[in-house]
Amino acid sequence: MTSMFGEPIVRREDPRLITGQGRYLDDLGRDALAAAFVRSPHAHARITGIDVDDALDVDGLVAVYTWEDLPGRVGERLPLLIPHPALTHGRTAYALARDVVRHVGEPVVMVVARDRYLAEDAAERVRVTYEPLPPVVGIENAANAAERVHDDVPGNVGAHLVQQTGDADAAISAAPHVLEFRLDIERSASMPLEGRGVYARWDADDESLRVYSSTQTSTSVRMAIAARLGLSAAKVEVIAPDVGGGFGVKIMHPWPEEVLIPWAARLLGREVKWAEDRREHFISSAHERGQVQHVRVGFDDEGRLLGLDVRIQHDHGAYTPYGIIVPIITSTQLLGPYKPGVYRVEFTSLYTNTVIVTPYRGAGRPQGTFCMERTMDRIADELGLDRAAVREVNLIRPEEFPYDQGLIFQDGRPLIYDSGDYPEMLRRIKELIGWDDFGAFRAEAERNGRRVGIGLACYVEGTGVGPYEGGHVEVDSSGRVHVATGLTSQGQGHQTVFAQIVASELGVPIDDVVVTTGDTRRFRYAVGTFASRAAVMSGNAIALASRKVREKALRVAGEALEADPHDLEIVDGVVRVKGNVTASIPLRTVAVLSNPLRYAFDDATAQATQFAVGGSMDEPPLTGEPGLEGTEYYSPPRSTFASGMHAAIVETDPDTAEVRILRYAVLHDCGRLINPRIVEGQIHGGVAQGIGGALYERMVYDADGQLLNASFMDFLMPYATEIPHVETGHMETASPLNPLGIKGAGEAGVIPGSAVIAAAIEDAEGIRITRMPISPSELYHLRLEAAAGTAERTRHARSAAIP
Amino acid sequence: MKPPPFDHHAPETLEEALEVLARTGEDAKVLAGGQSLIPLLNMRLAAPAHLVDINRVASLDTLEVTEEGVRIGALARHARVERSAQAAATQPLLRAALRHVAHPVIRNRGTVVGSLAHADPAAELPAVLALLEGTVEAASVAGRRTIGAAEFFAGPLESSLRPGELATGAFFPALPANAGIAFAEVARRHGDYAMAGAAALVTVDEDQRVSSARVAYLSVAATPLVLDLTGVLERRPPVTCDWAAAAAYARDHMDTDEDIHASAEYRRHLAGVLTERVLRAAAQQAL
Amino acid sequence: MTEIGLTVNGVLRAASAEPRRLLSDFLRHDLGLTGTHVGCEHGVCGCCTVLFDGEPVRSCLMFAVTAAGHEVTTVEGLGAGGMSPVQRAFQDCHGLQCGFCTPGFLCTVTALLRDNPRPSEDEVLEGISGNLCRCTGYQNIIKAVHRAADLIAEESGEADR
Repeated sequence: MTSMFGEPIVRREDPRLITGQGRYLDDLGRDALAAAFVRSPHAHARITGIDVDDALDVDGLVAVYTWEDLPGRVGERLPLLIPHPALTHGRTAYALARDVVRHVGEPVVMVVARDRYLAEDAAERVRVTYEPLPPVVGIENAANAAERVHDDVPGNVGAHLVQQTGDADAAISAAPHVLEFRLDIERSASMPLEGRGVYARWDADDESLRVYSSTQTSTSVRMAIAARLGLSAAKVEVIAPDVGGGFGVKIMHPWPEEVLIPWAARLLGREVKWAEDRREHFISSAHERGQVQHVRVGFDDEGRLLGLDVRIQHDHGAYTPYGIIVPIITSTQLLGPYKPGVYRVEFTSLYTNTVIVTPYRGAGRPQGTFCMERTMDRIADELGLDRAAVREVNLIRPEEFPYDQGLIFQDGRPLIYDSGDYPEMLRRIKELIGWDDFGAFRAEAERNGRRVGIGLACYVEGTGVGPYEGGHVEVDSSGRVHVATGLTSQGQGHQTVFAQIVASELGVPIDDVVVTTGDTRRFRYAVGTFASRAAVMSGNAIALASRKVREKALRVAGEALEADPHDLEIVDGVVRVKGNVTASIPLRTVAVLSNPLRYAFDDATAQATQFAVGGSMDEPPLTGEPGLEGTEYYSPPRSTFASGMHAAIVETDPDTAEVRILRYAVLHDCGRLINPRIVEGQIHGGVAQGIGGALYERMVYDADGQLLNASFMDFLMPYATEIPHVETGHMETASPLNPLGIKGAGEAGVIPGSAVIAAAIEDAEGIRITRMPISPSELYHLRLEAAAGTAERTRHARSAAIP
Repeated sequence: MKPPPFDHHAPETLEEALEVLARTGEDAKVLAGGQSLIPLLNMRLAAPAHLVDINRVASLDTLEVTEEGVRIGALARHARVERSAQAAATQPLLRAALRHVAHPVIRNRGTVVGSLAHADPAAELPAVLALLEGTVEAASVAGRRTIGAAEFFAGPLESSLRPGELATGAFFPALPANAGIAFAEVARRHGDYAMAGAAALVTVDEDQRVSSARVAYLSVAATPLVLDLTGVLERRPPVTCDWAAAAAYARDHMDTDEDIHASAEYRRHLAGVLTERVLRAAAQQAL
Repeated sequence: MTEIGLTVNGVLRAASAEPRRLLSDFLRHDLGLTGTHVGCEHGVCGCCTVLFDGEPVRSCLMFAVTAAGHEVTTVEGLGAGGMSPVQRAFQDCHGLQCGFCTPGFLCTVTALLRDNPRPSEDEVLEGISGNLCRCTGYQNIIKAVHRAADLIAEESGEADR
C-alpha cells in the first residue's frame, strides 16, 4: 500500500463542519444559565463603589458577583504562567477587578441569568463608581513613566533583558559603514471569528466538574481550574470542542472567565455558560505586536553584517500573565537566516493601561523580521546594492548547520538552527517573483503612469517547542484505530494529518482511524497548540505510539500465526507473512487476542477467552499490558527551525495613495510535508493575516486608553477583495531532530508580511517606510513630508540598477 | 451584544403604522431593513421603547419607474432597486451608487428609504438624492408631505422627519437628456464606508459644452455636500475643461474631519481626486 | 414572549421568544440549529448568513419575529441529506479550516451560483465580499466557488440526459 504520509488528501473533519454538525462552544449547553460581565469603561481607575440593587429587579437574574464574593484562591491574582528571571515585576489581574482597574474591558462584576439577553439587562443596571486615575497609553508614555500603571512598578518596566554574543558596540564602531534608525510597529490581534467561551457543568453526586472551553490548551486549563477550585485534577475534565480559530489568543489561560464560570457552576449547582461577544473580545482578550525598535548596525562594503545592536521597547499591556515570551521571540528570531556578526539585543517590556499582550500567530516574529528586513533594505540602499545580494552575503550556508546563534530561545534552550538551505531558497523566491526581471516590468508600468515596487523578506521560525506532547493509539476489536493526543485543534486539520501518520506507520486504512484532540478524558498530559508545534510534537508522539502498537501487533500475530514477527508486515489492516498472503490475521483479531479474556461479549471476543486460545500452558496468558494500544511521548532537545521567504509586488496609486498587491509569492520550508494541501492552506491564511497587519489592522487607542475601533466596522480585517492570489513554492529540508523529519507550519505565512509590504511600498515610492501598518492616509502624508523634506527618501530611490 | 427589550409593533397597513407611530412618538424607531438600526440595538447604543416593524406593510414594497424618475417605496430593498433594469435606465446613478453600499448580502435586506432616513453622511444614497435634488415622501396621521433632499438631511444621522412621521418613499429624478453621471469612492476595504466619495451629474449643451456640472460628496461633511462646479468649468467642451480647477475649488469648499481611517487633509485631497474622476467620466457619458 | 412560526429547511418550526430575539439566536438556541454561527452581532463578519426567502441575509440583523411566516434555509438544509455541490467543493478545495465562518459562506455561495451559475473571478469576489474568514486567506474559498460551479454544471448536465 502507498503511504498516506505526504499525500494531499482532503480533510476528514470537513463533512461535519460543512453540514452544520460542528460543535463549537456556544452550540453546547442549550439549557445552561448565561453569564455576562460588567467591564471597566476606564483605562485606569479606582473602584469606589458597586451598587447592584437595580440589577436585582431583572426577571431571570440568578446571581451577581464582585471580587468580594470570590473565596480563597478564586479571588487571588491569576497565575503568572511563564516566570522568567528578567520579569522582575510581573503582575497579573484578579478574576474580577479588586480596587483598581487597569484597562478598558477589565471584568469587574459577573452576572448570571437565565439567558444572555437578561444577563446583559442586569449587567447594564449594575452601577459601578470609579475614581479615574491617569492612564498610561503608548510606549513612549510608558517609558517616560510620568504615571504608573502599577504603583509598585517603577518606570512601568516589567522586564528588562539583554542578550549578546560579544562586544557589538565595538564591532559596529569598527565597521566601515554604520546606520542607526528607529522602527515602529503597531498593535493588531488574533481575532478568531469565534470568540472565547466557557461552559461548565458540576455533577454534585460525583463531585466532579466538566468544563468546555474554546481554548488552545485543555490540559493546562484543567490544572488551573483544579488548583483554583481546590479540586483534585481527577475530578475535573476539560474539553476543547470544535474551536473557531485561535491564532494564539486562546493559548492564554486561565482567563478570568475560565475560573469564574466553573466556580459559579459549582456554587449554583447549575450549568453556566459564557460565550464572549465581539466587543468583549476586542477589549477583554489580548492583542499583540506593538513595539518600538532602535537599530544600530555596522557592515562592510558588500553589506555583510559586522555588528548589530537592537533595543526594543515592547508594550505588554496592563498585565503580564503570559510572561515575556513575545519580546524574547522578537529579540532572538529577529536574526532570521542571517549571521549578524556580533549581536546585542536588549528589550524593555512596559506596562500600559491597555489590553494585555500575549502571542498572536507569529508571536513576536513579525516584529523581529520587520526589524531585520528593514535593516537589510537599508544597508542595500546605503551601498547602492541589490537588496537580494545583500541578503545573500549574510545567509547561513547549508554546510554550517547546525548553526548556533549563541542566544537563549523562548524554550530556555540554545538558539541552534537544525537545518535549512537558505541560498537555494533565495534563488527560488527570486525566480518565482521574477526579481531580476522587475526592472523591465517597472519601466513598462511607469510608461503607463503607474507606480510599482517590489520587496523581499526572509525569516526563520523556531517551531515545535517542547517540553513534550504525547499520543495514544488503540486498535479496538472492530479494527478501528482510536488516536488521542492532548493538544487541541482550531482548524489545522489534525484529524487528517494525525490519521495520515497513523495509517502510514501502522499500515491501516485511513478511514479506520479516528482522532481525538483536546479532551482530557482521553489524554491527560499535554502542553497545548501554539508555536507551530502540533504536527512536530503530537505528530511524532503519535508516530512513536503507532510504532509501539505495531510492534505489539506483530508479536501477538506472530504467536497466532506461529511466525517470526520480523517476517510479518501490516497491510490494509491485516497482519500477514511477507510473501505469503494466505498466512494472515486481521488487526482486529490481533486486538482481540491481545486482551486475554475470561468473559466474551461478542463473537469476536469469544476467540480470546480461556478455552478458545491455544499456546503454551507454561507461559502466563498475558505478556506485557493487555490491549492493542500504546502511549508514547515526544520531547525534543530543542526547537526545529522552519524558514521561508516572501516577495511581493505592489502598486501605489499616485493620486489616492491606495496600495494594491499585484503579486505575492512564498517560498516555504517546513521539512517533510505530511499533507501539502493543509500546509498550503496554513500559508494562505497566514499571508492574509500578514497583509492585514501590514495594510489594514491596528488597534487604535486614544490618549485616555479608549479603544476607538472595537468593532469589525473599524478594525479592518481583510475580506476576499483585499487579499491577492498567493503563489507558493515548497522546499523540504528534513529536520534531523525528530523521527518524522518535520517542522512546524502554522505561523509561517504571517511572519514577513509587514516587512515585505513595507519593502515593496518603499521601493515604489522611494520614501523610507519605518512604521507599519500603513494606510493610504498615512502614505499620502508621507508623500507630503517627503516633498517638504521632512520624511526621508531612499538614497537610491528608483535607481534602475536596483530591482 | 443583545438588543435591549422593546415593544414590538407589526402593522400590516400604512394607516396602522402611522397610528402606532402617532401613539409612540419619540419613543419609537421604525424598523425596515434594520441593517443600520439593529447593530446599534445589539450594541445597546440605541434603546427605543417601541419598535415599529413595517416589514408587513405590503403597500410600501414598491418600485415605480416613470419617465420622470424612480419612485421607491419604504420597503424596497437595495438589491431590488440595484437589479432593476428600468431603474438603471431611467437613473443610472442609482445602480452605480448602490453597488458601493456595503456588501451584496446587506443590500438584500437593507432598504433605500431606510438608508436615506438614517441620514449617515458617509452613506452613498443620501449623496445621490442630494445631487439629483430628489425628495422623500413622509406620512403621519396628520397628513403627507414631500421633503426636498436639501431640507431632509438635517445633520449627521439626523433627518428632518418628525416624531410620528414615517418616510414612505423617495423619488429620484430621471437622468435628463444630454447628461451623464458617475460615482466613485475610496474606502479602506471594499464595501466599507468611504473615506470620501463623489457623485457627479454633468449636462452638455447642443454645442457639446458643459452646461451644468454638480458633484455631491459623502464622508466630507455632516450632511451630503453638493457643489455646483458649472461656473468653474467655464462652459467648455469636456476635452478642454480644467478638471483640476474644479477639484481645487471643491477642496476649498469643504471642511473635512479626521477619523481613525483618514486625516481631514487626506479626505479633502481624496475628494479633489474623486472630483476630477467623476466629472471626467460623467462628462464623457453626457456627450 | 410571542409564538414565532417559520419554515426552516422546509419544515414548519415554532417556538416562543421575546420580540427582541435575534433570528440567529432563535435558530441556534430555540430551534437547536447551531450550524448558523455568530461572529460579531453587528452584521460585518457574515458567519450568521442564512437564506431568507432564498436570499442570503444576516440572521444577526433580523428579529425572529420579523421572520415569522417566511422561509429560512440554514447550512443544515443545504444538502438535503448529503452534501450539496457547494459543500462538496469546499471540502475538495480545502475551502475551510476552523469551519466557523463556513456556514455563512456556503449559504452566500449557494445563492450566488443559483443566480449566476458561471461567475467570473470578479463576480466571485464581489459575491463573497461580505464574509470574513480568518483562516484560509480566501484563496481556496474562491477556488471552491469555481469548483462548485463545475459540479453544479456537471450534475445538471447529467440530469438533462
